[in-house]
Amino acid sequence: MGKMLWALLKRDVSLIVMRRQDGLTVVAFFVIVTTLFPLGVGPELEILREVGPGVVWVAALLASLVSLERLFGDDYRDGTLEQLALLPCPLALVALVKVAAHWVSLGVPLVLLSPLLGYSLGLEGMELVILALSLVLGTPMLSLIGAVGAALTLGLRGGGALMALLILPLYVPVLILGSGGVVEVMYGEAAHAHLSLLGALLALGVPLAPLAVAGALRIVLD
Amino acid sequence: MFRKIPWFKFSSPPNFYWLADRLTPWLWGGAAILGIMGLYVGFFVAPPDYQQGDSYRIMFIHVPTAWMGMFIYLLIALYSVIFLTWRIKMADVMAIALAPTGALMTFLSLWTGALWGAPTWGTYWVWDARLTSTLILLFLYLGYMALHAAVDDREKGARAASLLALVGVVNVPIIYFSVEWWHSLHQGMSVTLTDAPSMAASMFAAMLLMTGACWLYSAAIALRRAQVEALEREAGNPWVQDELLGAEEGGDAATAAEASGDLQREVRS
Repeated sequence: MGKMLWALLKRDVSLIVMRRQDGLTVVAFFVIVTTLFPLGVGPELEILREVGPGVVWVAALLASLVSLERLFGDDYRDGTLEQLALLPCPLALVALVKVAAHWVSLGVPLVLLSPLLGYSLGLEGMELVILALSLVLGTPMLSLIGAVGAALTLGLRGGGALMALLILPLYVPVLILGSGGVVEVMYGEAAHAHLSLLGALLALGVPLAPLAVAGALRIVLD
Repeated sequence: MFRKIPWFKFSSPPNFYWLADRLTPWLWGGAAILGIMGLYVGFFVAPPDYQQGDSYRIMFIHVPTAWMGMFIYLLIALYSVIFLTWRIKMADVMAIALAPTGALMTFLSLWTGALWGAPTWGTYWVWDARLTSTLILLFLYLGYMALHAAVDDREKGARAASLLALVGVVNVPIIYFSVEWWHSLHQGMSVTLTDAPSMAASMFAAMLLMTGACWLYSAAIALRRAQVEALEREAGNPWVQDELLGAEEGGDAATAAEASGDLQREVRS
């Protein structure tokens, strides 16, 4: 079973890496959304610094939302998903592996880019470290929650807008804790509490979210 | 003891329809009586607040609707569990029938909260923790209804929406606490509802009466909506035709047999 899941992980990662433009589109989306804020708010660094953590986090949220349509979409259309559901291992594990592959290939670039974007918004030093750290803990959670929405809206008309309506409210805690941690550091406090709670959410999400994803996939494939 | 109680009797659509027909007039009547009493006590008996004057009276609608908004979401989740576990179709009918009422109640609590906030806080909207989490609850309702409606296959849509309701209900406390915490981080918005003065007995009575009225109204309108939904889903079954055309004109034997065959197939699937 381990080998099977490892093969699935490698397949999913290499599929995303091979279709370079898909991944790059998401990264470009992340950068562009962040760029829009200075253009909308004005170039004064004090103001941008104030909204910086929130801006990077909202951009990461939206980038994750945009990328998630791909998570099951292609496999659903060409029938691979039905084959995966027939694998002799729990569908929840398959879902977890797919989410992991998705995060490794699309979430990690966002994390790596975030200090650069944070810097452009006037964040500095420790704030940038915490920003990246909060994204390391938070973006897997975004992928996990988003996977539930992606599975529920699989094959529906207007799936994208519907998915946003379903999962953006559920993203709220991650957003609050993630950007909140960076804000704490900006005011000279420690971000431990925020990061710990993000970790706690992730610890809850890793076992529970795949079950919901598997349930949703079974409904779609029925 | 437990065997004798017909737990599942009213989960069959005709029995449900029969029961709802007999319950709703009482619920409507009760809602009207309690509503009139509550409004009378709230407007004429309860004294004006020593700080807020008369503007606090909107609380007699605001608080019950806020409670109903949260309570109905829990009910939807409960019906969703029943639907997903036992595949009882009427559970889903009840869940989707409750959703618009729950969304309406949540919206009303936001609306009345804004109207109360204008004279009291000096603004219609602040990013207070409760306001924000109520707004998110409204989004959860909208998402539930949108997903239910978006799937062409009704059965699949019902299952997907039920799953979403469960995911949502797990997240509601997490959202609530994170928003509460987020609020405590941002200084300068120290207005909270918690330090409201303790209530006079007549205020409390008005609040309780209005809560009862909202409760009965929600039950009545949800049962009515569920009846219509049941008729629509079961269209073609003999009991629906009996219900709509009158018992003496109920369909001929052939269509009745065909329809009951359909029903059995549905039950099995």
